[in-house]
Amino acid sequence: MDRFFHSVTLDAGKCLGCTNCIKRCPTEAIRVRDGKAQIISERCIDCGECIRVCPHHAKKAKSDPLSAIEGFKYKIAVPAPSLFGQFNNLDDIDIVLTGLKHMGFDDVFEVSRGAEIVSDATRKLMNTGTLKKPVISSACPAVVRLIRVRFPDLCEHVLQLKAPMETAALMAKQEAAEKTGLPMSEIGAFFITPCPAKVTDIKVPIGQQRSYLDGAIAISEIFPKLSHTMDKLTEVEPISQSGVIGVSWAGSGGESAALLDEKYLAADGIENVIRVLEELEDERIRELDFIELNACSGGCVGGVLGVENAYVAKARIQRLRRYLPVSQNHLPGAVPDKIKWEGELEFAPVLKLSSDLEEAMRMMEEIDDICKDLPGLDCGSCGAPSCRALAEDMVKGLARKSDCIFVMREQIQDLASTLSSIGGFVPHHGEEPNFKGATVNGEGPKESPGSHEFESE
Amino acid sequence: MSSINLHYDVPGDDFTRAGEASSEVKRKLKQLGYNSDAIRRVAIAMYEAEINMVIHANGGVAQVQIYPDRVDIQMKDQGPGIPDVEKAMQEGYSTAPDNVRSLGFGAGMGLPNIKKYTDEMRIETEIGKGTDMYLSVHVKE
Repeated sequence: MDRFFHSVTLDAGKCLGCTNCIKRCPTEAIRVRDGKAQIISERCIDCGECIRVCPHHAKKAKSDPLSAIEGFKYKIAVPAPSLFGQFNNLDDIDIVLTGLKHMGFDDVFEVSRGAEIVSDATRKLMNTGTLKKPVISSACPAVVRLIRVRFPDLCEHVLQLKAPMETAALMAKQEAAEKTGLPMSEIGAFFITPCPAKVTDIKVPIGQQRSYLDGAIAISEIFPKLSHTMDKLTEVEPISQSGVIGVSWAGSGGESAALLDEKYLAADGIENVIRVLEELEDERIRELDFIELNACSGGCVGGVLGVENAYVAKARIQRLRRYLPVSQNHLPGAVPDKIKWEGELEFAPVLKLSSDLEEAMRMMEEIDDICKDLPGLDCGSCGAPSCRALAEDMVKGLARKSDCIFVMREQIQDLASTLSSIGGFVPHHGEEPNFKGATVNGEGPKESPGSHEFESE
Repeated sequence: MSSINLHYDVPGDDFTRAGEASSEVKRKLKQLGYNSDAIRRVAIAMYEAEINMVIHANGGVAQVQIYPDRVDIQMKDQGPGIPDVEKAMQEGYSTAPDNVRSLGFGAGMGLPNIKKYTDEMRIETEIGKGTDMYLSVHVKE
């Protein structure tokens, strides 16, 4: 799989080249060039902010169609708990799970079951005292990717456990293989996803070679058909096997609460997440054991592929979990390697100017110099998110100073005054032309008698 | 040897802006692809010095020079000066007012932390005139 695969993509036909997405991107990964947005692949963390903010719906998240499940003999739906918050007046999770089965899946395995195992595993690993504290959750793939490109010192704080969707898929496939006797290759597990970062994480995982999942279908893609199917159900199967702990992972704070240790912090929304990471990096956040970070406001319920308002969805989940047991999935014994990451998180310095320090220093000086001549309005009209970003692009040879409309206006004014002064020397009938005084900067002609005639018109 | 010179005014009247200069230096060092251990030490030491300047001296100026192998920081203020530097260097010793402590600052770890994270530290202080602090963080490969 392409190392730079991204779920977040551009529909060039719909893009007007406005500045909304470039201003919002947390890694400055978007530029407008030739009137269309372009995503700088190695910087994109698939957080979906640009999808959220684009008024023209030109940013999309690639995910699999429901028909993708047909490639497998035995098909398992692996729904994120945020799915349960999408439906009005729902009082039983089994209605959603049964509905999924009626849509062509042979089995349904809740991600919240995997989440309960991950919570158990996290508690166990934290108790060993060998983890670097504070431990940062690895559940949000956009946050993990953000740390990877912006926070080198925090990489070793990231919890080396696979996300709940992976653990759930592993458990689901093992169970299915035992039940059906089919080889793993004929069993397909599909995540029902609230966000594009999860789609990317399945195609190009961090922490493991290959995902246990075979694809991801957006909540927004299946929602119309699923709610219709749910309305028509005559019988509800008892499928759900998770509790408050697993289902609560849908919202910010759920993962932390499951650790039963009050020394935690839970931040949500990409800008808040960045502020927390900055302070963590400077060792200003002390005496905490665990940091839960979600790129979307509200947590996974706020994912851009959900259909319901994040806070409404969270409120519904609160109501739903009222009669659930605390937890239904436990990890007997030690944490198995299969749910751990295969390697450490490795810093990817995609934002640095040059791999040669002296060269980078030279470039930075140039950037600082260029910035002094730019208006500092950060208007985005040049296609870069800020004046500084334009200066960086210029130094990298990717943009010109005249991309700035204010610089361009000055240049046009200069040119216009030059032209008008040269215009003063258009020969009149019977008059000798005198070009001597005309200079490019337009100062010369003032002494010339001919120019006065024109200017006074 | 080539260097990048940076100058920052640290305003003393706005506590919420304390730490802006050190954040900016950190951002630049990261963009340069600077040694990450050195970045961390610069960010922490300079932040502590900046906070000190805001709490005790009503602000001042910060002068930063980035060299390929070290970062030199000069923090200069016209505050009250430090009466007993040796005492101020002790962990837990603080003269910060209560309103600052209630925000979690003024725990008496500022100067000891600066010492801990830097390779060179020199303080020149005069009562009633102000304090100059020279810090240097070296890159250790």
